[in-house]
Amino acid sequence: MENSNTITIVFEDEQPMLQAIKKIRESGAEIIDVLTPFPVHGLDTALSMKRSRIPWVGFFGGLFGGLLGFGFQAWVFTVDYPLVFGGKPLLSVPSFIPVTFECTILFAGLSMAGAFLIKSKLKPDKKFEPIDPGITDDKFLVLVDGTGDTSADKIKSVLVGIGITEIK
Amino acid sequence: MMIQSALRNPLIKGKKTYQSITTDILDPMRSKPGSLWYIGIFISASALLLGAFMIFWTVWNGIGTWGLNRTVGWGWGITNFVWWIGIGHAGTFISAILLLFRQRWRTSINRSAEAMTIFAVLCAALFPIIHMGRPWLGFYIFPYPNTRGMWVNFNSPLLWDVFAISTYFTISLVFWYVGLIPDIGSIRDKIKDGWKKTVYKVLSLGWKGSARHWHRHEVLSLMLAALAAPLVLSVHSIVSMDFATSIVPGWHTTIFPPYFVSGAIFSGFAMVLTLMIVTRKALNLQDYITVGHVESMNKIIIATGSIVGLAYITEMFMAWYSGVEYEHYALMNRATGPYWWAYWIMMSCNLITPQLLWIKKLRTNILFTFCLSIFINIGMWFERFVIVVTSLHRDYLTSSWTMYKPTIVEVGLFIGTLGFFFTAFFIFIRVFPVIAISEIKSVMKSSGEKVSGGKVPGGKAQSEISQSGNSQSDKTQSDKSSEKE
Repeated sequence: MENSNTITIVFEDEQPMLQAIKKIRESGAEIIDVLTPFPVHGLDTALSMKRSRIPWVGFFGGLFGGLLGFGFQAWVFTVDYPLVFGGKPLLSVPSFIPVTFECTILFAGLSMAGAFLIKSKLKPDKKFEPIDPGITDDKFLVLVDGTGDTSADKIKSVLVGIGITEIK
Repeated sequence: MMIQSALRNPLIKGKKTYQSITTDILDPMRSKPGSLWYIGIFISASALLLGAFMIFWTVWNGIGTWGLNRTVGWGWGITNFVWWIGIGHAGTFISAILLLFRQRWRTSINRSAEAMTIFAVLCAALFPIIHMGRPWLGFYIFPYPNTRGMWVNFNSPLLWDVFAISTYFTISLVFWYVGLIPDIGSIRDKIKDGWKKTVYKVLSLGWKGSARHWHRHEVLSLMLAALAAPLVLSVHSIVSMDFATSIVPGWHTTIFPPYFVSGAIFSGFAMVLTLMIVTRKALNLQDYITVGHVESMNKIIIATGSIVGLAYITEMFMAWYSGVEYEHYALMNRATGPYWWAYWIMMSCNLITPQLLWIKKLRTNILFTFCLSIFINIGMWFERFVIVVTSLHRDYLTSSWTMYKPTIVEVGLFIGTLGFFFTAFFIFIRVFPVIAISEIKSVMKSSGEKVSGGKVPGGKAQSEISQSGNSQSDKTQSDKSSEKE
């Protein structure tokens, strides 16, 4: 358990979990986290999550990479070491496009992957112990904040009629 | 909720639960490998050792140990390079382009196809590096400040290749690893304590399947796919420009980029089929990699194979229509010259045999598909051989005309890369799940009401799934009653 004040509700499938999340939120209790073995569709809206800004990271990463790639080639051939190839102009833009394109993709991809790991605080961790080994197998966990007047019994009464496997 | 088509069959067969998917896919990793695995890795590792020796031989004695000469400066080396890069393309096509087109059947094959991409690109990268003759000076190809005060030539397609292939390798690796993180989490939670568990713990980066993480993971996968899709098209286009920007007859054509890209996907899918047909049998994954998957891949093979065939015919037409006698001769020399056999192997394996897949009986026949995939692998290797060697060995200057024959060293190098590829794949199926576990679970649709509405005439698998779905909801029902008590 992450801490003793967390109420953990275990489900065996996504549909009862989604219904339960709706009811829990209506009851005013706060959901800390939801752990699922695979991305459940509709969970983002059920938790009214904001859309990730990873695409923006990718946009600016790509923009930086593209400008860097193009700028570097232009600088090399016009300023640092001007050299004529095949009678073409020094700033021969078309032949700079492949490298510019690859730099754009490289920087966009790496910056997004980096942003994902940093924002999700995913790091090589030898000591990590999962809350429940079933979360990467077949268990769907909803963690509810139990610090206020929310108790396991109250959650239980809210969730009458929904298939819960376990609540603790 | 997603609308389910009533006409489509489910993507995986059998009565599966989330748990049985995890065990089905992880079991081959946890049990002792069978004798077939040992035989397989013994053969491939022997081939790898042969290749390692040939690398040593080449580097120690120089490129003179190859069959190259002043006229034919590019032989098996570049042929293998293009062939391997092409094979890698199927992995990215499956994981990126099919993701963008929402082809959900890809979930059964994407993970192993991506692994295949990485191994194939490594095999490909070997050839330009050892062809340098002095591979320890290989870093010269990167633009870095040096005492000569010079930079690399950014106008050269060979340099574009450096950027394209290193970017392609990096992005493929990132894409593969990001996709693997949740599945490594599954292994971590399933195996017993020990050093392996520690390794998986580190590799899983503490993945716990938090909703927020899944959301970001999905956005990232989609964005990486959106980047990888144009990337994969650019890589083989740039490889084709190694040829197309020159003035050698037979190379100097504008159709090369699309021709190479479709050829790459064509040959890559053939290799995916070769590997997957063996893997599904060996690891007992027939429920996950079904005949339906094989058929879908075969359809892509017909599409890309026909584009390749069209390109061959366009080359013939252009050789005549351009009125350039050198182009005309290059084509006639390919088809009737001393290397005629290579041209006709290419034509029959790539243009004629894949057309048999129009027959439904054949494209749903596993044994036929397996044989055909080998044919295509051979045919596509010969395509590159034909492009490289028959164009070079007789070009403008008649006095330089000559023949090219590979030496045992070049043959050994090629066998060595095959050895590396299969050794790496054999190790891969032991250490990582061959099927994306979490993605398969999300296409399983276990909740009864989702599939039970689908009416498929004679769809047996469909009814099986909906039964399992019902039993699932029965189970939840009983859970409910126990909850009330």
